[in-house]
Amino acid sequence: MKKDKKVTNNNSIFTLKNLIYLICVIAGYFVLTYLAEGDLLSRQSKSLIIPMGINIILAVSLSLTVGFLGELSLGHAGFMAIGGYTGALITLHMNLPKGIEFTIALIAGGIMAAIFGFLIGLPVLRLKGDYLAIVTLAFGEIIRSVLTSLKFTGGAQGLTKIPRYSNYTWVYIVMVLTVVLISNFVKSRHGRAIISVRENYIAAESIGIKVSKYKVMAFVIAAFFAGVAGVFYGHNLSILKPGDFDYNKSIEILVIVVLGGMGNIKGSIIAAVALTILPEMLRSVDEFRTLLYAVVLIAAMLFRSSGFKTKLEESGKLPKFMKSNKNNAK
Amino acid sequence: MSLLEVKNLGISFGGLRAVDDVNLSIEEGQLYGLIGPNGAGKTTVFNLLTGVYQPTTGTIKINGKNIVGKTPSEICQAGIARTFQNIRLFKKMTVLDNVKAAFHNEVQYNLATSFFRLPNYFKLEKEMDEKAMEILKVFDLDGEANYLANNLPYGKQRKLEIARALATNPKLLLLDEPAAGMNPNETAELMDTIRLVRDRYHITILLIEHDMKLVTGICEKILVLNFGTELASGTPEVVLNNPEVITAYLGE
Repeated sequence: MKKDKKVTNNNSIFTLKNLIYLICVIAGYFVLTYLAEGDLLSRQSKSLIIPMGINIILAVSLSLTVGFLGELSLGHAGFMAIGGYTGALITLHMNLPKGIEFTIALIAGGIMAAIFGFLIGLPVLRLKGDYLAIVTLAFGEIIRSVLTSLKFTGGAQGLTKIPRYSNYTWVYIVMVLTVVLISNFVKSRHGRAIISVRENYIAAESIGIKVSKYKVMAFVIAAFFAGVAGVFYGHNLSILKPGDFDYNKSIEILVIVVLGGMGNIKGSIIAAVALTILPEMLRSVDEFRTLLYAVVLIAAMLFRSSGFKTKLEESGKLPKFMKSNKNNAK
Repeated sequence: MSLLEVKNLGISFGGLRAVDDVNLSIEEGQLYGLIGPNGAGKTTVFNLLTGVYQPTTGTIKINGKNIVGKTPSEICQAGIARTFQNIRLFKKMTVLDNVKAAFHNEVQYNLATSFFRLPNYFKLEKEMDEKAMEILKVFDLDGEANYLANNLPYGKQRKLEIARALATNPKLLLLDEPAAGMNPNETAELMDTIRLVRDRYHITILLIEHDMKLVTGICEKILVLNFGTELASGTPEVVLNNPEVITAYLGE
């Protein structure tokens, strides 16, 4: 009964687990370099590498609001658009060395999106559930129509000739950083506060957690990383159109999060990779793409809200190191 | 001066006067009982004390400081913690994390420490783990520290809620029907735990309870509510022999 007396091992950053993660990250980069530079993949497949990283950043950041805060947000593409346009305008109008310019663009894109995350977070505090979802949806659409009507963002044509700064190294580094930072965050004092708001906001308030503050915080952080992802997006395609950021894009990201399992970062990463590859494979049958999404969503729901990782865990097919250390006593 | 001083407390929901002119004065270290028939307004009083509802009339002072108009989280920081009649645990968090979440204001570090796991993170998280385990041990929950709260048996969930409330380091602890749904053995055990908690953490306890054995067993003073107003108050012997209380609540 009392087999698990060990408290979560939080004593140091230098643990075996972290070392294994570090090795995986470095190995991952070498594999990526091989795939991107070698002859193994076709040109078309190689073009998926960067979107994959972008989708991981988007999914992991959205999982902060949807999974950990537990509020449905349908405006993630809006934050991405703000970041993308901000970053593109910076690199288009600045004449600095590539590295510096792009770093500034990434940070500025993130910050600008975070500011909008804060603004949308404020009114949204009074809303919950379905109502909040509708407001975030409307927000995304407002961003899109504002971008369409503004002069300096190029209207409906959008921005063109954005330098193609996004390469797999940049995206990989930022993606790893995003995953590490958000994973750290959710296992901290602030992360616990956000999860407790999801679990029971009345109880959270009763133990001294300022519910509104943490709701806004989750929105702001998620928006920041979505903005960063937007900067990569623009500097990968070299063009930005407002039409790219409609609610379909938001739903696309949401599907990744739901499929990966709410509040499950590893699951989101796997789902992001899978759902970046799948639609591209089905490009030849374009009209079935949406059908596929629908099927995937239904399948995900059948797998229950916790996603396919839990399912695998229960069936005993998941490798041991991937199992969560939570002891689910029956 | 008493720890909690409530005067003329009242709240109306539209035309309904749910609580009317309730006065309550609790001394430090006291175990105070709040009883009354269903719908008498007991939980409403708790909700008023913790800022969930704003009173229409009256004042609530803790240590001489007025807390009317403050938010629940501010009132928690002022030193009032509570449990709920229908258990409100963070079900998908571990038992340990439930308690650690309650250290939110006790043990603090900034956002940068959270994101980058600065040295302080490990130091303070460890401190929190140790403090949380200490509290869990009091409630005999230390063996289940890594279980999800959801998976605890009912009696232990009730205990965990008290443990979580205690972690906020309150001066006054409000327990809303702590023995609801417990069998006589569990209730007896709970009585011991409540006394132990009071003595060990030097706190004051106000509890709502229908189990008269528990109330007479541990409460030093009792307030009886009926239809939102005070029916009687005083020591258990006096109150429970009051004919009005017997007709309204206890029965012949």
